Amino acid sequence: MAEPAAPRKTDIGPPQYDQFLHPVIKKNYGKWKYHEILKPGVMVHVSETGDKIYSIRVGSPRLISVDVIRMFADMADKYCDGYLRFTSRNNVEFLTDKEGNIDPLIKDIQANGFPVGGTGNSISNIIHTQGWVHCHSAATDVSGVVKATMDDLYEYFVEMKLPHKIKIAAACCLNMCGAVHCSDIAILGIHRRPPQIDDAQVSNVCEIPTTVSSCPTAAIRPTTVEGKQTVKVDGDRCMFCANCYTVCPAMPIADPLNDGISIWVGGKVSNARSEPMFTKLAVPFIPNNPPRWPEVTEAIKKIVEVYAAGAQRYERLGEWIDRIGWPQFFDLTGFEFTKYHIDDFRHAGETFHRSAQIKFK
Amino acid sequence: MADQKLRETPLLDELKKGPWPSFVNDMKKMAERKPMINDLLGQLELSYKEKKGHWKHGGLVGVMGYGGGVIGRYSDAAEQFPACAHFHTIRVNQPSGWFYTSAALRELCDIWDRHGSGMTNMHGSTGDCVFLGTTTDELEPIFAELTAKDWDLGGSGSDVRTPSCCNGMARCEYACYDTMDACYNFTMEYQDELHRPAFPYKWKFKFSGCPNDCVASIARSDMSVIGTWRDDIRIDQAAVQEYADSGMEIRSDVIRKCPTSCMSYDGKEITIDNKNCTRCMHCINVMPKALRPGLDKGATLLIGAKAPIIEGALLATVLVPFIKMDKEDDYQEFKDLIERIWDFWDDHGVNRERIGECIERVGLGNFLEAIEADPLPEHVKHPRTNPYIFYDEYFEEVDDAEAEKA
Repeated sequence: MAEPAAPRKTDIGPPQYDQFLHPVIKKNYGKWKYHEILKPGVMVHVSETGDKIYSIRVGSPRLISVDVIRMFADMADKYCDGYLRFTSRNNVEFLTDKEGNIDPLIKDIQANGFPVGGTGNSISNIIHTQGWVHCHSAATDVSGVVKATMDDLYEYFVEMKLPHKIKIAAACCLNMCGAVHCSDIAILGIHRRPPQIDDAQVSNVCEIPTTVSSCPTAAIRPTTVEGKQTVKVDGDRCMFCANCYTVCPAMPIADPLNDGISIWVGGKVSNARSEPMFTKLAVPFIPNNPPRWPEVTEAIKKIVEVYAAGAQRYERLGEWIDRIGWPQFFDLTGFEFTKYHIDDFRHAGETFHRSAQIKFK
Repeated sequence: MADQKLRETPLLDELKKGPWPSFVNDMKKMAERKPMINDLLGQLELSYKEKKGHWKHGGLVGVMGYGGGVIGRYSDAAEQFPACAHFHTIRVNQPSGWFYTSAALRELCDIWDRHGSGMTNMHGSTGDCVFLGTTTDELEPIFAELTAKDWDLGGSGSDVRTPSCCNGMARCEYACYDTMDACYNFTMEYQDELHRPAFPYKWKFKFSGCPNDCVASIARSDMSVIGTWRDDIRIDQAAVQEYADSGMEIRSDVIRKCPTSCMSYDGKEITIDNKNCTRCMHCINVMPKALRPGLDKGATLLIGAKAPIIEGALLATVLVPFIKMDKEDDYQEFKDLIERIWDFWDDHGVNRERIGECIERVGLGNFLEAIEADPLPEHVKHPRTNPYIFYDEYFEEVDDAEAEKA
């Protein structure tokens, strides 16, 4: 390792945010009165002082090079006095007090290949994780799935024609680095085969008691193979969470034949109208089909289309399904309902239907 | 790098097509001057062919004195793709609300261009600006250049993860407290806990200014801070009329969507029974010009959200129904509470158990008692339905009961 540079600065934290705020934002901090969406991707916030700040929202793949970031910086210099921000959904927002700069900026950014939209009743950018690009536990490559999905849903990003917003998230395994478990639509990479144990390696690279206790279903037991301490997995009890692999590298779980994608629907984090909700299983398994995962994008488009056709205004996907009922959701989408849709982990009983209120076809 | 042949990637090339910006186009351009990205594309193409990832499990690397902020990553196909054999991630603590100037972004880009692959995530799931792909010997130089420009690393492992927040009062009229100040304040307060993992597992703070919760704190953070207000929604009846005149269907889109039916509209004015309002934000979201949060503002603190690993996903549970987010007092009441919770977690948490799971295991009632918080009806959806009650004590003699009375 190279010698540290002296004097060494540590624990300084991030730069104080004030220095990055547009002067109009700094002046009107805490004084904003209301906002309006002027057109897809363009918002104006109006202050009690009468000042206005315009935000132009631009979609980004999140996985971007320094060259793309420099292009964003150039755009900010040209039209926004150098001020911009990123959103919690990995969009870029250009900030300006000059209304006349909006359309030239949009034209310029579109010419660079980046779409403007993602506001109001649209499908905003997909939050996603690393996938095969950079993660050791990925069951799929989310960058590819997300790119293919957003190509398919592009019209819903650049227009605001849905009953309400749809938030989509993708995670490459059950660790879910992202709010996949509370999104309107979730794309989730899953494993389906118990870990393959490298018996010769376990005692070298893993702590056996930690590995045993890492299993939420107690499927892992210590054992000895050819005189070496190792572990064994009761395959019937394994639900492929991969927590054991996280603590013990000698138990890889990835498997090309059995890894794939599940699709979940109806979650939300906002408290508006209904309380926050978890996503629920719509499609238990679609095999990985790179480079464009057509079965996945087709299923998602189907969900978006039946929601768009059936939901009331200001009804999120999960609220719409709650109103029409799950039997109708499966009818409308054509997805098969299987035993895998019925929970059998902790508190599963809370998801059973315990009333005689049934809608018949 | 003209001497390295560009990798052929027929499968990935399919992802150059379509209207959404393509990460493959971007990476291909970088590959022309970064051998590391050229080989990364080669390895990713192999993954697309084999339907399998090619990264080894972890690896301990970091900068001196820190236990977090760098995630080690090694290829398991290094012989084929030597330039990306080492491909470590660096998490750079983002500024509050993800506000930047072009100059600040260029500063980060220049450092990363000099010392790494040039690929990033803007941003990672926890909120950091993520630098993807460098080698161990570059870590100290990168760290020195970052800190020279006043940037620092974020968290990873069993520590305080980089706190994040919505844009709050900087550009949102809904913000009920200063999320950006709170996020910055807590990040600075807990620098040691952020850089040196010493907890049973990770701890995430997320600050949202209102119940719309734009940073998903209720789903993703161990300590979720959601802005709210206690008094009445402010109504501008003239603006209500403007919305009506512009064609808004107030009865169907606002009144009938109110989850507590606490609103009415007589064709001229909106009235709200604020006692029955749950601060859900729907009406305010639909008519921001006419309706605004009240003036007695603060936050609801919720605890224990997490994704599925290990015992199943949890949404956060109400801990403090209302707290004033007092900047002047340096958020002292909140920080005192955090200290009590971390003391409890130190004593009772087990390895890789998030605080939400820990609370479920010991019982919410016992947890509240341990952190000296009174049990409140706001803590539950409803009181228990089962009679298996773990009473703490009972009388053994009639005399005990008599003594108790006296």
